[in-house]
Amino acid sequence: MVVNCEQVWREISNYLDGEVDSELRAAMEEHVRGCQHCTAVLEGTRNVIQLYGDERMMEVPLGFSRRLHQRLESDLSSSRRSFVGWAVAAAASLLVAGGIAVARSSVFSHPSLRSEHSRPSSHVPPDMMVIVANDGKTFHVSGCPFIHDKTRLRAIRAQEAEKEGYAPCVRCMKKYIDATASSRPSNDERLNENTHLG
Amino acid sequence: MAAGTGPLEHPAQQDYEQRLIQRIRDGEHEAFYELIRPYERRVYAAALALLRNDADAEDCAQEAVLKAFKNIRQFRSEARFSTWLIQIAINEARMRRRRQRTDLMEPIEQEQREDSSYAPREFADWREIPSEALERKEVRERLAAALGSIGEIYREVFVLRDMEQLSIDETAKALGISTASVKTRLLRARLMLRDLLAPGLGGSWSRNLSFAKGEKPW
Repeated sequence: MVVNCEQVWREISNYLDGEVDSELRAAMEEHVRGCQHCTAVLEGTRNVIQLYGDERMMEVPLGFSRRLHQRLESDLSSSRRSFVGWAVAAAASLLVAGGIAVARSSVFSHPSLRSEHSRPSSHVPPDMMVIVANDGKTFHVSGCPFIHDKTRLRAIRAQEAEKEGYAPCVRCMKKYIDATASSRPSNDERLNENTHLG
Repeated sequence: MAAGTGPLEHPAQQDYEQRLIQRIRDGEHEAFYELIRPYERRVYAAALALLRNDADAEDCAQEAVLKAFKNIRQFRSEARFSTWLIQIAINEARMRRRRQRTDLMEPIEQEQREDSSYAPREFADWREIPSEALERKEVRERLAAALGSIGEIYREVFVLRDMEQLSIDETAKALGISTASVKTRLLRARLMLRDLLAPGLGGSWSRNLSFAKGEKPW
């Protein structure tokens, strides 16, 4: 096999990428040995690949990394709630088994609410699994963005949560809040949200 | 040069990344910083290759990284994380470029010919640029300027393949083109850059570069 300059140029990139068969490779090498122009093109192209492939060519502006991390941090903190949702979904599945046992042995049995600002629940399916934090005041569905304390969570039946004095979360359990019950000091949900998280 | 995995990642690193990704999915989002740290520069380089403007590239890179975080559950472990991340950056940059063009009523680049017949120039005396020269900022700027002067379709392929070290297949997927197109464009890009650089740093190539007005050389 004999190749000319044009054929060498056409295949030079594939040659450098190791993507030509052995016969063509040998023919190209044979041609390049005797051709000054093709030698210069081959070596020059190799030089280009080597230079641009160098890590030093990937410069970032001064402070790039710091600014990126700042942006991430501010965005992550605003999406932390939804992020906690993921965490809780995972944590809940782990906690279901152990959590039920803990709940059953719990000494809490008084029905009064843990927070005087909460509104009690109504018509919650008693066997629905809900998430509570040991020192929290409300119960949630798994993955609710209002669950803050993700380290001490338990998954228990709604009936047990009610018995322990947990009130429905104003976000995820909204439909089970007893609308007829009065809440103090006002019906302002925002206040409820702020005081009853977790 | 192998067409497969780039030199920046090893199997052990990929295992490590998989564990980091699992931790992030389990809610430990701080692990994300560690996951992206090795690739920050590559994300920026990909964005810059398309946008050719420092500020736009930085904003685009930040946005791409945030998108990667938000969509981490969609990442499939068959792919390399770096490739996935760069793909997000490319998509983001392309979206911005389209938006810019619409705003400026700029026509899409005309240079769509994919002719593989390209005759490299003959220089009486060509000089190799040694890697050590990259220590000099001025040299890096000249190389960046040369890259910025070649057509967009060539620059994209060249950056992904020869700078980001993606394989031919990965480059094709990232850009949504065929592997044959990647090869043709890559050849052309490499030869054009060689023509620009072959006279060496003392040569005349830097004077011959044509930049669009008001555009920062890459």
